[in-house]
Amino acid sequence: MFRWVVWRDLMLAWRRRADVLATLFFFVIVVSLFPLSMEPETRTLRTIAPGVVWVAALLASMLSLGRLFANDYTDGTLEQMLLTPQPLYLIVLGKVLAQWVVSEIPLVLIAPVVGVQFGLSQTTLIVLTISLLIGTPVLSLIGAIGAGLTLGLRGSGVLVSLLVLPLYIPVLIFGAGAVQSSITGENPLPHLELQGAALVLTLVFAPWATSAALRISLE
Amino acid sequence: MLEVENLSCVRGDRRLFSSLNFSVQPGGLLQLTGPNGSGKTSLLRIICGLAPAADGEVRWQGASIRSLGEEYFTQVTYIGHRHGVKDELTAIENLRVSSGLGGTDVSEPEAANILRKMGLGGREHLPALFLSEGQRRRLALSRLGVCSKALWLLDEVLTSLDKAAVALVSSLIEEQLDKGGMAIVATHQDLNVSASSFQRIELAP
Repeated sequence: MFRWVVWRDLMLAWRRRADVLATLFFFVIVVSLFPLSMEPETRTLRTIAPGVVWVAALLASMLSLGRLFANDYTDGTLEQMLLTPQPLYLIVLGKVLAQWVVSEIPLVLIAPVVGVQFGLSQTTLIVLTISLLIGTPVLSLIGAIGAGLTLGLRGSGVLVSLLVLPLYIPVLIFGAGAVQSSITGENPLPHLELQGAALVLTLVFAPWATSAALRISLE
Repeated sequence: MLEVENLSCVRGDRRLFSSLNFSVQPGGLLQLTGPNGSGKTSLLRIICGLAPAADGEVRWQGASIRSLGEEYFTQVTYIGHRHGVKDELTAIENLRVSSGLGGTDVSEPEAANILRKMGLGGREHLPALFLSEGQRRRLALSRLGVCSKALWLLDEVLTSLDKAAVALVSSLIEEQLDKGGMAIVATHQDLNVSASSFQRIELAP
């Protein structure tokens, strides 16, 4: 059943490739605007790089949140999912997993490439990629709660940003912190470990909270 | 056996129905009628456990469906008027996914077989986007052909179906009742189904 959820969402994303590419291009363009708009001094660019890349990742992940449950909600599939014999927790986990693979993994993969514009060293680029790899699942998991809560509401796009962006702050701090410490030559490991802790925590609690939110939204 | 006891439903500040009592035995068919907005869909959603009742209880084999939780869902199939057919997926994929989500894995030849039976032969590999409204509903209903659940809850499933399809659905329901299953159908059309026990409940506006 779990694999049906994942397979279905991956298939739908594949047939609607344009949506996925839009998120990726958004990320690339936002990140690239900064080096273009500032004086091309390596030191300045390096200072802003961690923040810029991470903020762009947050905003890009907001874009795909709207699609997580909304389509399934309007056409009735979500009702069917609530009525399956398996725990809703697993279904939510499956949908979030598919969303992460489709919307966030491309972003993680392209990050080292766009990071080059900021004159980051090879080690820093690796740290950046790892921090995104650990951090982006947290974004998807937290975002799912917001998407579930705002389901079927008017103007839910804006509402979900207001709801979810503040919750993204810890991930942003540790993620950008890891990259920052790698630039200044410190050990990025403590930041990455804290990100890992956040991942474990959200992995346990977020699908559960999302399930509750979905049940309320569909009543 | 499904028992509904003293059920009432409130939407906003309007009481749709109250003190509703009935029971459906194995092999029994219940038809829900009533004008638009009388609470047919709300009643079905309460029975399948999607929505809570304002008052009263729904019991399956003697136990409240709230206490049964997911165990109850292994016994129930609900097809609402939003039937969850995905435009981007082909007919076969739609059927396999929707029955897979319901807990029944269907192989590709099996799925093709049922689609042919439902009059969708030759369109198995067509994205659902290219199907007409009636064909999409046939596709959604083909899930009934593969599931072996004891209780069917069908909400306005005969809308936009042609005569042949209505006959097909009726025969599916008949098969289900013969197997000792139950069906609750909300529809305005006459159901041409021979059932050992048939009840009709008219919800008042």
